[in-house]
Amino acid sequence: MDIIRSNPERFFLLVLSIFILIILAIIPSYIADYYVSLLVSIFKFTVLTVSWATFCGPTGYISLASAAFLGTGMYVTALIGEKVPLPLVVLFGGLASFLLALLVGLASLRIRGIFFAIFTLGLSEGLRHFMNWWEISREGRMGRWVISADYLTIFYTMLMILVMTLLTSYLIRRSKFGVALQSIGEEEEAARHIGINVNAVKVITFAVTSFWIGATGGIIVTQWLYVDTSTAFDVSYSFTPTLMALFGGIGQIYGWVLGSVVFTIITELLLTEFPYYYMLIFGSVIISVFLFFPSGLVGVVIKWRKGKLVE
Amino acid sequence: MPIIEGERVSKNFGGLAAVVNVDFHIDQGEIVGLIGPNGAGKTTLFNLISGALATTAGTIRFKGENITGLKPHQICKRRVARTFQSVKVFSNMTVLDNVLAGSLFGASTGMRMHDAKAEAMELLEFVGLSAKEGSLAKDLTIANQKRVEVARALATKPELLLLDEVMSGLNPTEVAQVTELIKKMRDKGITVFMIEHVMKAIMDISDRIIVLHHGEKIAEGTPSEIAKSQKVIEVYLGD
Repeated sequence: MDIIRSNPERFFLLVLSIFILIILAIIPSYIADYYVSLLVSIFKFTVLTVSWATFCGPTGYISLASAAFLGTGMYVTALIGEKVPLPLVVLFGGLASFLLALLVGLASLRIRGIFFAIFTLGLSEGLRHFMNWWEISREGRMGRWVISADYLTIFYTMLMILVMTLLTSYLIRRSKFGVALQSIGEEEEAARHIGINVNAVKVITFAVTSFWIGATGGIIVTQWLYVDTSTAFDVSYSFTPTLMALFGGIGQIYGWVLGSVVFTIITELLLTEFPYYYMLIFGSVIISVFLFFPSGLVGVVIKWRKGKLVE
Repeated sequence: MPIIEGERVSKNFGGLAAVVNVDFHIDQGEIVGLIGPNGAGKTTLFNLISGALATTAGTIRFKGENITGLKPHQICKRRVARTFQSVKVFSNMTVLDNVLAGSLFGASTGMRMHDAKAEAMELLEFVGLSAKEGSLAKDLTIANQKRVEVARALATKPELLLLDEVMSGLNPTEVAQVTELIKKMRDKGITVFMIEHVMKAIMDISDRIIVLHHGEKIAEGTPSEIAKSQKVIEVYLGD
């Protein structure tokens, strides 16, 4: 019953995604540079949100360490950008984040709930302060110059990372791993007793999803020419993915994507059109969505479709 | 040959001795009951066998292999499954997915999603929950949630099943149904070790009964021996 209902839908989504992908691949030649950079920004936040939600959504472990992974990727580029070709730089950025996430995961295995959130936030902020101290006292500098890449290279690299992130997330969710993550979120103890190696599943998923955040940092930083610890490890990168995923709807990949896209566009619109009222309007929008649609934009979609069915 | 045996198994929580030097064994194909007043250490003993807790002293062997100190998932893979005293179903997952999780992990490895689903459906039929496959586990009655737990445990393909009070809170009809279910499991070749407070049921169904009191084993024997044991009567009724 379930299969019959979901299959045509899945097919439709597949066709739609491929269609969107083709459009995205050819669009830079037809639109102004400003919109290309807006798209890059959307890609960036979508990668952050999807990576975050793939692990945190089903397990309920709220990680506030995204900024640490993004910043690590950026610093990898700052350090080796001139010595190594760009694709490798991006790959190393991802790898560094992967390893960092592995360490964070191993260190926080026994911590749950709010403690996990605070622990990851502390780690992220701790890393920023450590880097800051290191740069100033050991290297005698505030920030670093980074290589620059042209905007099309950045666009296509980000598009590729985005596709890989979505694919990773999709494959994790529809495999055994997805079932394991959900079981862990529901009843961790029971999950252990049905043969799930809970620690391994948690740490590996956390690390794999963090890989793409690091890769994003590695390429994004080439827009800026210069990076320092407060921009690289900006704590808002830890909170935004959480907000975007909840804004879109925590249960579904399309919710995370929808949340990131709409959220980024609203931010951009408000910042450029109403710079003085930005915070006020944005706050009201977020509050209304959470108040009236606790399951996010996905909830709006579902309600709308139900309404249509009734007619 | 016993399928599982414990030798001087002990567990202390700080200064509290929850399980003290307990020797036990269960033979292949037996149904063994574990009874005792509240706080006697029954669930703690289950936690020690299933790896949820580490023993303070003593050894536990499963089919001759020392499994003391193994992690819960490792013990599950050696074909020991359990249910929980306070129900621990995956609340927001469907009944089918609950059982499917057991099939996908558990003792079998590399099972295809399609086969695992078919097997999960069979198990739901076995425990009498076919009609509920699509419901969320949290929407079921406690009695049915306990069945989900049993089906999920069976999906991991155990040779030894630890049932922690599957009958508590059930009405007499449901108790009779679960009793039948346990007999059916035994007929499939699964050895059952069960904690139970529903005396009539455990007396009817068990081949042997072990009695714990203050963490110590005070009696062991057939149901009729236990019913006559002066020591057991004292413990339950006071002297």
